[in-house]
Amino acid sequence: MNRDHTIHLMKQMLRIRRFEEKSAELYSASKIRGFLHLYVGEEAVAVGVMEALGPEDAVVATYREHGHALVRGIPARSIMAEMYGKQEGCSRGRGGSMHLFDVKTRFYGGNAIVGGGLPIAIGLALADQMRNKAAVTSCFFGDGAVAEGEFHECMNLAALWKLPVLFVCENNLYAMGTRLNLAQAMTDLTARASSYGMQAEAVDGMDVMAVESASRKAVDAVRSGTGPFFLECKTYRFRAHSMYDPELYRSKAEVEEWKKRDPIAQVAVTDAEREQIERDVAAEIVDAVAFAEAGTWEPVEELTRFVYSERRPA
Amino acid sequence: MTYRDAIRESIRDALRRDDRVFLMGEDVGRYGGCFAVTKGLLEEFGRERIRDTPMSESAFVGAGIGAALGGMRPIVEIMTVNFSLLALDQIMNNAATILHMSGGQFNIPLVIRMATGGGRQVAAQHSHSLEGWYAHIPGIKILVPATLEDARGMLWPAIEDPDPVLIFEHSGLYNMKGDLAADAGPVEIDRARIRRAGRDATIITYGATLWKSLEAAEALAQKGIEVEVIDLRTLRPLDDATFLESIKRTHRAIVVDEGWRTGGLSAEICARVQEKAFYDLDAPVARICSAEVPAPYAKHLEDASLPQVEAIVKTVEGMIHAHV
Repeated sequence: MNRDHTIHLMKQMLRIRRFEEKSAELYSASKIRGFLHLYVGEEAVAVGVMEALGPEDAVVATYREHGHALVRGIPARSIMAEMYGKQEGCSRGRGGSMHLFDVKTRFYGGNAIVGGGLPIAIGLALADQMRNKAAVTSCFFGDGAVAEGEFHECMNLAALWKLPVLFVCENNLYAMGTRLNLAQAMTDLTARASSYGMQAEAVDGMDVMAVESASRKAVDAVRSGTGPFFLECKTYRFRAHSMYDPELYRSKAEVEEWKKRDPIAQVAVTDAEREQIERDVAAEIVDAVAFAEAGTWEPVEELTRFVYSERRPA
Repeated sequence: MTYRDAIRESIRDALRRDDRVFLMGEDVGRYGGCFAVTKGLLEEFGRERIRDTPMSESAFVGAGIGAALGGMRPIVEIMTVNFSLLALDQIMNNAATILHMSGGQFNIPLVIRMATGGGRQVAAQHSHSLEGWYAHIPGIKILVPATLEDARGMLWPAIEDPDPVLIFEHSGLYNMKGDLAADAGPVEIDRARIRRAGRDATIITYGATLWKSLEAAEALAQKGIEVEVIDLRTLRPLDDATFLESIKRTHRAIVVDEGWRTGGLSAEICARVQEKAFYDLDAPVARICSAEVPAPYAKHLEDASLPQVEAIVKTVEGMIHAHV
C-alpha cells in the first residue's frame, strides 16, 4: 500500500481517537452536556468506509457519529462548537453531540433513534435513483438496529427497488449493554441481510485497510446499479456506551482482549511519522476547543426559529 | 364530482406540474388506492411515479422524508391514520425535527395524505380521528379539507410548502358529491373560513363534522337561531384570529370535534378562547366531541359515540335559552 495513504489512514483514525478523548475530558469539565457516545475502538470502520465515498455521496449516521462527521469532512471546530451548544456549531447548537448535520458534505445527521436513520437513507437513495444520479448513500447503524422493525422494512424495500445504499452495520457486540446473543436469536447478521436478496459481506472492523478495501468493492457494486450492499464490520467499543454507563455487563478482561486488536496499533508507521501526526492532530484539537470556547450563544429571542422554514413560496 | 374525484384531480395536477412529484403508498397503483382515490394514475403516470410499496409504513414514510431531502417532492399515502402509528417514529422524530436539529440546513418538503375518522362501522382500530393529536407536534402542518374546493386545492400549496404537511381526508367524505368549478385550482391554506354566517353563536369545527354543523345550523335557523359555522381547514398552525373575531360578534362558542375530548384539539380551542376572548363570552364554551371509548362496531353504539346533529342543535339551544 502507498505510504502516504497509510499515513493518511492513521491520521484519520487518530483524529477521531484524540477528538473523542478530548470530548470525554470536556464532558467531565461540564463543557459538553447531554448524552455523549464515544467511538473509541471503532475508528477503522468510519475511516475505511469514508475512503470509498465521493463528495456526491450521502451519509446517514447514528448518535455515535463524531468520528463519521470528522472524517466526512465537517471541520473539527464546527463539531466541537456544536457539542458546546454554540451557534457556530454545525447545527447551530440545536442538535448537540447526537445530531451533527452538514449540507456541504451531504451529512444527514446523527439520529438518536436506533434504526431511525435507515428509512431516511433509503429515501435519499431513491431520490438519487429517480434523478439518475450515480450517488451512493452510506448508512451506519449498530447491531442493535438489526432487532428493530425499521431495519427489516428497509432491507426489504431497498432490495426490492434496488436502491443505491451501502448499509454499514457496526457490530460492536452490544446493543447498549445487552450482548448480541442475548438479544437476537440469529446472530449471523450478514446471513440475515443476505436473506433479503441483497449482497452482504462481513469484514474485520478493527482492520482499517480491510474495511477500506471491502467498502470500495461494495460502493463500486452499489454505484454500478446492482442494488444495496450490506457490509458488517465486526468491531468493539473500548469505552462505555455513554458517559452514564458503569459497564456492569462486560468484563474488564474482555475489553482488554479486544484492545489488543486496537485498529490504530495495527497500522505500521515510523515513530517520526507518528509524532508528526500526533502533533498535527493535537493542533487541530486545540484549535477546535479554542473555537468552541470563543463561540457565542444564540440569542434566546431566536428560540422558535427553524421549526418551519423561513423562506416560503410567494 | 365527488370528494374522491377532487383529490384524484389534485394529485394528477401536481404530477403534471412538477416532475419531482411522485406518489407512493400501499396499493396506490394496481389496486387504485384502498378508497379508489388513485385509480387510473398508474396507467397515466407509470410505475416510477406511482409506486406500490410493501406493508412497511415506517420504511416508506421515512423514504418519503429521505426523498424530500434528496430533492424530490413526494406524496406519501398512508391508507388510514390508524396505520400512521406504525410510522410515527419517522413523522415525529425525523420529519418534525430535522429542520430544527440541523439548525435550519435541511427542510423536508414532504406531503403525507391519509384517511381519518369514524362512522363506517369499522370498529376501534379503523376509526381514529388523530389529526388533533398530530396537531400537537411543532414542525409539521396539519390540513383537514372538508369541501370539494379544499380537496381539490390544498395539495398543491402543501407540495410547494418547504416543510412536512399532513393532509387528513375524512373517509366519510369520499363519496360526497358536489359541483366544482371547471377552473378550480390551488387554495390558500393559512386561514379558517366562515362557511355560514350567523349572529347568535359560533360553531368551530373541521372535516366531516363541518357538514353535521351546517345541518344543525339549518335546523336552528328554522327555530330563529342563527349560528355562524367556522371551518378551521388547517389545525396547525391554527388560525385562531378567525374564530376569535367571530366570537366577538356572537358571544357564544361551541366546538364540534370528532376527536376525543380529553387533551384534544377542542381543549386547545377552548383554552385559546378563554385566554383571548374571555370577556366577549356570554356563556361557557361548549364542546361536542367523540365519547371517550374506543370506537364500537355496533351501529347504534357507534352513532352514540360520535358528534351528531341533534346534540349540536340541543347544545346550542340550551346555551341560547340559558343566557337570553
